[in-house]
Amino acid sequence: MDFDRIKEKLNILADAAKYDVSCSSSGSKRKNTNKGLGDSSGMGICHSYTEDGRCVSLLKILLTNHCIFDCAYCVTRKSNDIKRAAFKVQEVVDLTINFYRRNYIEGLFLSSGIFKSPDTTMERLVQVAKKLRLEENFNGYIHLKSIPGASDELMYEAGLYADRLSVNIEIPTREGLQLLAPDKDRKDFLQPMKKVKNEIVRYKAERNIIKSTPKFAPAGQSTQMIVGATNETDAQVMYTAAYFYKKYQMKRVYYSGYIPVSYDPRLPSIGTDVPLLRENRLYQADWLMRFYGFSIEELLNKEHPNLDSDVDPKLSWALRNLHLFPVDVNKADKQMLARIPGLGMKSVYKILGARKYRNLNWEHLQKIGVALNRAKYFMVCNSKEWEKKDLSAMNIKGLILQNSKSKFRNTYNNQLNLFDKQDALIQY
Amino acid sequence: MIFIYDASFEGFLSSVFAAYEYRCKTPKIVKKEKFIGDFFEDVEEVITSEEKSARVWKKITEKCGTRGSQQIYWSFLSELENIENTLFQYIQHALVSAKDITKDYAHPAVLKVAQTVKQVGREKHRMDAFVRFRKTKDDIFFATIAPDFNVLPLNAKHFKNRYADQKWCIYDVKRNYGIYYDLEKVEVIQLELPTSILETSTDFFTTEEIQFQHLWKNYFNSTNITSRKNTKLHQQHVPKRYWKYLSEKYL
Repeated sequence: MDFDRIKEKLNILADAAKYDVSCSSSGSKRKNTNKGLGDSSGMGICHSYTEDGRCVSLLKILLTNHCIFDCAYCVTRKSNDIKRAAFKVQEVVDLTINFYRRNYIEGLFLSSGIFKSPDTTMERLVQVAKKLRLEENFNGYIHLKSIPGASDELMYEAGLYADRLSVNIEIPTREGLQLLAPDKDRKDFLQPMKKVKNEIVRYKAERNIIKSTPKFAPAGQSTQMIVGATNETDAQVMYTAAYFYKKYQMKRVYYSGYIPVSYDPRLPSIGTDVPLLRENRLYQADWLMRFYGFSIEELLNKEHPNLDSDVDPKLSWALRNLHLFPVDVNKADKQMLARIPGLGMKSVYKILGARKYRNLNWEHLQKIGVALNRAKYFMVCNSKEWEKKDLSAMNIKGLILQNSKSKFRNTYNNQLNLFDKQDALIQY
Repeated sequence: MIFIYDASFEGFLSSVFAAYEYRCKTPKIVKKEKFIGDFFEDVEEVITSEEKSARVWKKITEKCGTRGSQQIYWSFLSELENIENTLFQYIQHALVSAKDITKDYAHPAVLKVAQTVKQVGREKHRMDAFVRFRKTKDDIFFATIAPDFNVLPLNAKHFKNRYADQKWCIYDVKRNYGIYYDLEKVEVIQLELPTSILETSTDFFTTEEIQFQHLWKNYFNSTNITSRKNTKLHQQHVPKRYWKYLSEKYL
């Protein structure tokens, strides 16, 4: 192995791949068979964390950063003057195996710029996965990027060797895509996604009859949207996400705050802050939708096209729906408990378990780990004290904000409303 | 009454047996190496007995199920001060109640055990993640660790499933024992390690090994997005005390 050469390529092609957020390595159920190498049947593992706090679970690289497309938001766009490189198939295989054996990674996340044509690119990606599985008996995690415009046959083959496949739709709205990536067509993203979804459904049905049916993309599909590159609303982003969860049975939709990589006048200029708080709120809304039984219409609608920046989406929903509170934690069902601000699903399950033995009071709840600074206004328990009394939504919000800290506090003030000003006056 | 035992899990279970034998409701169970003497209380040195510990274990499993009994074992591995006494209260609570008590989180001992299990589980998971194998000249993938809790027994299965086709050894330098997989089975071993083992000296390791460590560190740096720098979050995920075992941090 020529280490110097590999090092140079790795630097270029890891740097270019880092804007892909997904790093999950869970949900695959691929077991080690016949004393091979690797096992991805357990939970995902983050082997390290970069200095920006993101997990490093997979070797995330591009096969090449040569690209025939010129999407304005992308760092590897054709017109960008950067160093280009390309890995050989065997080089990627060797790197993956050697990193995996040293317990650096859970597997490989291979993406690529599009060279020559979508099919040539996809074919090369599939070759890497195939070699790892068949020649190296590798059972670690493989995430392949589905190249927009790749043929159904290649997507089918990819699903046989990969654990997860993903196509990034990148821009949440049709108009935005038209503006920033005029050579790309939304149809080209959706076609591979649809093919993979249909095959997953078919394989699942077959496995119900014949148990030995091989696996097909067992960790499902994911996608990613850039937020803050065009002037889309949170509602547009989240309704698109909800559509993909439902229609394409996505395992995950990732939201990536736009990191300025270009002086293109269509985009936020270099030096603009990455919208980290917005990204955070979108993920919170995503979780509420997937694990807390909220429907998207409850969180975002015509009256509320954007999520609040100063409070989380669940608290924001609760403040709009005070008539449903307070909830009695010793009696309420799981769904209603999950809707109390300050209660995560872990606390919900603890409460459901613990209240079978005795009625819970404030002290119990605090010890269990409930975030009472928010929750206390929305619940009653085995105690005569009750915090809400006759407070209005504005009062509650003010009290909660006064008694909490957030590293994003300075970011809130972008859109100071009248109420926040009052709050600010009280503080200083 | 104070019961001192040999620090093994069977020893602890034998102490529980002894406490019940003496009808002692509030025993203090202490590891022999930690015991510093007490003038006012009776001290009993417990002899570890396979038979007695098996009886206690059977009863616990009956009362708490496999999940509950596993929680007791995991908490024990935490080696926290006084964990034996918390566990004794937990067992006491389990034995007198008619119901399964493993979710009675409003009971102090049950909550403490649940929290300890969480801590131990987190440490176990961290070791699954932070072990960095280095390939020695005789083809063994070797790693050193120093976990906060004694979690190595819990890691064996994970590594055996994953690295079935390579010889490997993970050594706990803090507790001076390790586990070694010889392509067939995992064994507990004790070694006289030279102090230079932390540095990847070419006396033990191949030159290729050092190259791969540098490649990994390079990758680690390239994948970082500087405009999103968040040192606090980084250190929360990878606390500094683990850095000396992570080649991407110490190189």
